[in-house]
Amino acid sequence: MIELDHVTKRYHGRTVVNDLSLTVASGECCVLLGSSGSGKSTTLRMINRLVGTDAGTIRIGGTDITTLSPEKLRRRIGYAIQSTGLFPHWTVWDNIATVPRLLKWPETRVTARVGELLDLFRLDPALYRGKYPHQLSGGEQQRVGVARALAADPDLLLMDEPFAAVDPITRDALQTELLRVHRGTGKTIVFVTHDIEEALRLATSIAVMDQGRIVQYAAPLDLLEHPINQFVRDFVGQRGIGLKLLSLRRVGERIRRGESATGQPLPADASLSEALAVMTAQRTDRLPVADAAGHTVGAITLADLVR
Amino acid sequence: MSSQAVPAPNRPALASRIGVRDQVLFALVLAAAVAALSLGFVAVAPNRLISGQPISLWSAADGKFAAGIVIVVGLLLAVSLSPPHRAMYCIAATLASMWLLLTFAALGNAVHTLAAGRPAVARISAGTSFWVIAGCAALAVMDALQRLRAGPMLITATLAALCGGTVLLALSGSFDQLSIAREYATRHALFASALIRHITLVTGSVGPALLIGFPLGLVAARRPRLQGPLFATLNLLQTVPSIALFGLLIVPLSALAAAVPRLASIGVGGIGPAPAIIALVLYALLPIVRNTTTGISGVDPAVIDAARGMGLTPRQIFCHIEFPLALPMLFVGLRIVTVQTIGLAVVAALIGAGGLGTFVFEGLGQYALDLVLLGALPAIGLSLAADFVLHVGSTLLVRARPE
Repeated sequence: MIELDHVTKRYHGRTVVNDLSLTVASGECCVLLGSSGSGKSTTLRMINRLVGTDAGTIRIGGTDITTLSPEKLRRRIGYAIQSTGLFPHWTVWDNIATVPRLLKWPETRVTARVGELLDLFRLDPALYRGKYPHQLSGGEQQRVGVARALAADPDLLLMDEPFAAVDPITRDALQTELLRVHRGTGKTIVFVTHDIEEALRLATSIAVMDQGRIVQYAAPLDLLEHPINQFVRDFVGQRGIGLKLLSLRRVGERIRRGESATGQPLPADASLSEALAVMTAQRTDRLPVADAAGHTVGAITLADLVR
Repeated sequence: MSSQAVPAPNRPALASRIGVRDQVLFALVLAAAVAALSLGFVAVAPNRLISGQPISLWSAADGKFAAGIVIVVGLLLAVSLSPPHRAMYCIAATLASMWLLLTFAALGNAVHTLAAGRPAVARISAGTSFWVIAGCAALAVMDALQRLRAGPMLITATLAALCGGTVLLALSGSFDQLSIAREYATRHALFASALIRHITLVTGSVGPALLIGFPLGLVAARRPRLQGPLFATLNLLQTVPSIALFGLLIVPLSALAAAVPRLASIGVGGIGPAPAIIALVLYALLPIVRNTTTGISGVDPAVIDAARGMGLTPRQIFCHIEFPLALPMLFVGLRIVTVQTIGLAVVAALIGAGGLGTFVFEGLGQYALDLVLLGALPAIGLSLAADFVLHVGSTLLVRARPE
């Protein structure tokens, strides 16, 4: 659990983060969402003490972070950034092994861990271990960057717009991969982005920030359905809000159990927006729904989507 | 690897019309041939102060040597007309090396032949066409190595073979009667000490310049606001002509030595090595500081941010990230400074610092060109050697990582 308790940061007399309090429970993916200059990156960088606080305290698992040396603290926290910051003179392997080696893990354990991470991010070790960062595509570099952040198996992962610089298709793939890793490992993630779609997709909770303060802190669905004020309403985008809502809800929530329909079944964990897309494409208002094993368990209708 | 002859846009050049594939080699062979036919290979003078009469390669050296050179160069001409291929470049490198060594041997032979039956005061020196032919041969070697994309090992091996061959010729006495060798013979004790003094001046300046310049460059990289005044000062120093700087240091250092006898007793004074080393250090600072600053501040800030964020200490960031990434740049600075200092140290002889410049200025005073060469040629050799060693050193150090 991470607690930010009345934290303030000033730069040259300007208050960048203003008396901010935030609690992120273990296993959550908390997205700090805001436009540039809203203080979201500064907030993130205060958690691993890349930026110091002027007032307030930050606790991780109940421990005040200032009681640890910055280096010791940072080695326990994964850190991934937009431009990856991969060391250009080190191979993929050495880059990923950075923190385990700083922690003086025995080399056999380092080897096992790096191999495991390459597998987790679907980078064939035989092909990638000896490559240098400049020999990788942008998406591969970012995967190595995230793998490096996870190398020492930290409980907490800080990510500062890690996918902002890659193309939309790669970004989508990386987001899917991060969701998979997050579900599989149960890490706590604090993720900074200015992209509402990315926030809705990844977050278990979203903190909308403006001028160094949190305007609203809520679950994605809550944020869309009950925006606290005009600022949040503008930020999430009024026009597309219906589609965004559909993208957050699962087919399984609206299923008519036991009923049947013709056609290719939808998986129960597909989003309602996917259901809408399939119905539109197939010119039908009724589709069967299948469970994870592929057995048809019910149906869903067009009317169910807007219920 | 575009060694294919490229025709000129409008009218095709002679070279491409007759199917030249390696234009550099072709031009070198042509230049050497023209020089051999029109200029003197050696020059014979009645004594060391008079300019010599030119004598051609054919009349000076034994026919075997001239014929040998013609055959080797003829084969190279054939190579320059052949289709580009690695094997061809290998042959070219070998032939060009033979060409260079044969030219040296021919010089030795010519000098020996001509010296026999002439009075001891007569001086036989290398003539214009020797320098042109040897120069073309050396360039042909370099051209072939470049086309081969030779690595440091192959280049070192070739150079070792060439130097070894030249040393063998020298040991066998081939060059004993050459005018520059005669100048050397009368001064060989002085020469050794001058060479050592020269190297001492260079290492004694580059070493301290590194010790001062590297931290200065580091500080400038950390505090960009300091860069303006720092580089303005260093640039200003660089614009002072070397002779003026040597001269300017005489007065304060004499005063210092007079005021502090302890300093005078360890050799500090208005003239001699002390002002020379101070001036050479000052000149060396700019390239070292500039390259250090460029190298360190050229490291991607995101890389430093990631390193800090992962928990590397400032010291680890410097040792593992900044320094290795700046190293190629630092080596470039070191090369520039070493070559520059070897040249400038020649001038330092004017204020009594010793070194190879002693011969240059003595020779200029006496109007004895061979004596000037006795100082100048080793200085050039030192520069080339230092440049080569530092280049190979940096290539080997950086090779572990791709460009």
